[in-house]
Amino acid sequence: MNSIAAPQPLLEIEELSVKIASRRGMVAAVRDVSFSVAPGEILGIVGESGSGKSVTALAVMGILPAAARVGHGSIRFAGRALNLTGRRRGDREGLAIIFQNPRAALDPIRPVGRQLVDALRAHSPLSARQAAVSAVELLGQVRIHEPARRFWSYPFELSGGMCQRAMIAIALACKPRLLIADEPTTGLDVTTQKAIVDLLVALAAERGMATVLITHDLALASERCSRLAVMQGGRVVEIAETVEILRQPREPYTRSLIAATPRADEDTTTRTGGAPAAVAPPLLAVESLCRDYRLRAAGGMAARAWGQISRPGNVREIDILRAVDNVTFDLSPGESVGLVGESGSGKSTLAALIVRLIDPTAGRIRFRGEDIGAIPARHAARAAFRREIQMVFQDPSASLNSRHTAFDAIAEPIRRLGPLARARPLAGVVHELAEMVGLAAALLSRLPHQLSGGEKARVGIARAIALRPSLLVLDEPTASLDVRVQAVILDLLAKLRDEFAMTYFFVSHDLAVVRRVCERVMVMRSGQIVESGMTEKVLTAPDHPYTKELVAAIPRAAHRELIQNASAR
Amino acid sequence: MDLARSVRSARLPPGSGSLILVAVLALTGVIAPWIAPYDPLATNVAEALQPPSVAHWFGTDAVGRDLFSRVLVATRLDLSIAVVAVALSFVVGATAGTISGYLGGWIDAAIGRVTDTIMAFPLFVLAMGIVAAAGNTVANIIYATAVINIPTYVRVARAEVLVRREAPFVQAARLAGNGPARVLAFHLFPNVAAPLIVQASLNMGYAILNAAGLSFIGLGVRPPAPEWGIMVADGAAYIISGEWWVWLFPGLALTGAVLAFNVAGDGLRDFFDPQRRS
Repeated sequence: MNSIAAPQPLLEIEELSVKIASRRGMVAAVRDVSFSVAPGEILGIVGESGSGKSVTALAVMGILPAAARVGHGSIRFAGRALNLTGRRRGDREGLAIIFQNPRAALDPIRPVGRQLVDALRAHSPLSARQAAVSAVELLGQVRIHEPARRFWSYPFELSGGMCQRAMIAIALACKPRLLIADEPTTGLDVTTQKAIVDLLVALAAERGMATVLITHDLALASERCSRLAVMQGGRVVEIAETVEILRQPREPYTRSLIAATPRADEDTTTRTGGAPAAVAPPLLAVESLCRDYRLRAAGGMAARAWGQISRPGNVREIDILRAVDNVTFDLSPGESVGLVGESGSGKSTLAALIVRLIDPTAGRIRFRGEDIGAIPARHAARAAFRREIQMVFQDPSASLNSRHTAFDAIAEPIRRLGPLARARPLAGVVHELAEMVGLAAALLSRLPHQLSGGEKARVGIARAIALRPSLLVLDEPTASLDVRVQAVILDLLAKLRDEFAMTYFFVSHDLAVVRRVCERVMVMRSGQIVESGMTEKVLTAPDHPYTKELVAAIPRAAHRELIQNASAR
Repeated sequence: MDLARSVRSARLPPGSGSLILVAVLALTGVIAPWIAPYDPLATNVAEALQPPSVAHWFGTDAVGRDLFSRVLVATRLDLSIAVVAVALSFVVGATAGTISGYLGGWIDAAIGRVTDTIMAFPLFVLAMGIVAAAGNTVANIIYATAVINIPTYVRVARAEVLVRREAPFVQAARLAGNGPARVLAFHLFPNVAAPLIVQASLNMGYAILNAAGLSFIGLGVRPPAPEWGIMVADGAAYIISGEWWVWLFPGLALTGAVLAFNVAGDGLRDFFDPQRRS
């Protein structure tokens, strides 16, 4: 089959099966997976959560969780068969992995340089001094500025992107011939994401290192990988050259994945109604809004924000953080406005201010002319605007009370605030809402942990629209969902907005998603709105340098033209 | 293999053994007066200090009372004191802790200082002081035991609430029109109850020891009422002279009860911990 010229594969997985013990017995996490990676190749593994991508990676590294059992199959690395039940000394020399959450993978109480020295000395007989020199060198190679200074930084002093760079440096310490990157950029800001993936690709080329990039983001994978493996339900459903997969996906699953990937240049068919009539008085007028956080040494929201936005060096001088800085804008009735920015830019704080979960430090929030910013947040529950302004939260799991059923979650705002309750039986209203958001009535009696991510998102949306609010604030409503579910939820949101003539304030870090839903977009950075305008204009001809950076960082799906060509033919 | 696994996975949840033991203890407490072979207060000087026999399983004490009956009947008093004391400290401590964590500010500071003050004393000495000052009654033993346990609940509840105070589900509850009181009672409290219940179970053992300890030094239940602490104190006089059964059996009952509640607490902790359940 293989031509003689083809190089010996570096990694060969054959018929690998892994089962994981769960409460419902043994669940097959990986089923008969076979693929190989050639030296120097970059292979992408794409799939939704639970598709078995990470378990496959863990099996290769020999670090499966205790509950997992390898059923059968073999893994060969550089011609040697690997022990499948666990690591043996020297067994996996030349293999390295980096994980999704770099901050959690680093030891929080040791400087990163020290951790790097440990890794270096574990793999080669270096003196402490030699190892320190190599460590600084490696930190430089992963493009960390002032590596000698960063050597002594603790993980909490570094940004998420910097932590991931440090992790990559540790992975490089063993001079790997194959690096597995398991969702290396998930949870990082778009611009950081781009930098990290650029770094991985550059390092792979410099060192002739093969790389397996595991991601749920098809656009990202297709841009960087020469070959793609698509996984679903523990199987590799399709594996081929990237170009081929994008041009002629054989499997229906791959097709649905491609279709669901939001693209920054697609025809935004879900958006309806153009710019609203400018004469209508604004539904919401935000005037010179500010919100400060006093920074304290320990805990709390402020400290977290501080960790994210501070740049090393000037950290200790700040003691008041202006999370939202003199922000002014209007929302017209029926309009959909997007707010994009990185984590720590203040966009979630702005959303919390508008729904009046927190109090502004200065400025006004006028809703239908009334200054609702003057009503203290702790009295907001009984204020008249409470019914009119609702919110869909970022994390559907965390935003549902784990001890309330889906029915109770949806019914709660009606019970508390709805005059509807007296006019009509509550059960009827809740069932109608469930139907509207596409939630099967049978699921209403379930608790959140018995629902899937998409179902929980639907419960969250049903709860938010239960009172027919006129303004719906959506804080990254799809960020934690798989890409196909994300597409469905975005369509649902567009449908609901048209049906109830709601105004959407859509907070997201994902320009492609914003483009799909919003006519107008505002770009936020360090608490300020740096650019705003019609979505088309901002995305195609950004003015502000930061916006340009953001737009450039969208995975440019090299396949776009291909797909368009294919469909044109 | 799958069959064997499914049989094993159908086992009772972890800690059931100790929970069964706790249930037996509670049942004994309820029915002891009816199953006890003798009147626990009836003296019979003719049969004083008899070693264990068929007629008197645990032997008899200095005034000829049947120790088995006394140990059985004492279960009721010891458990009642512990249950009521723990319930009191749970209610007061959890309420104060939840409010303290949620509202913060001066309320939090005030509650924090009160608990700090209580914790500043050696707890048993504090309990002794309370009983000595307020009078030697069963009610006062209960209050003393409750007071010294309150800080634990305050701290556990406060810490758990602090973690969840800004959680999205709490924010969602506020948006749904819940004022602070409703958020606390219907959203936060049910989510912090599990660690508190575990704490309560672990505390039961401590409360039993505390009540028995007070009685042992003469500050608790008064003779001749059957109570494990007094019985051990009575038996202490006979350790040297060799009548070992007088102190051994009430001591074993005490140890067994404390152990059962502690193990049950560990079991409950595993039961409530989702990591350990899957």
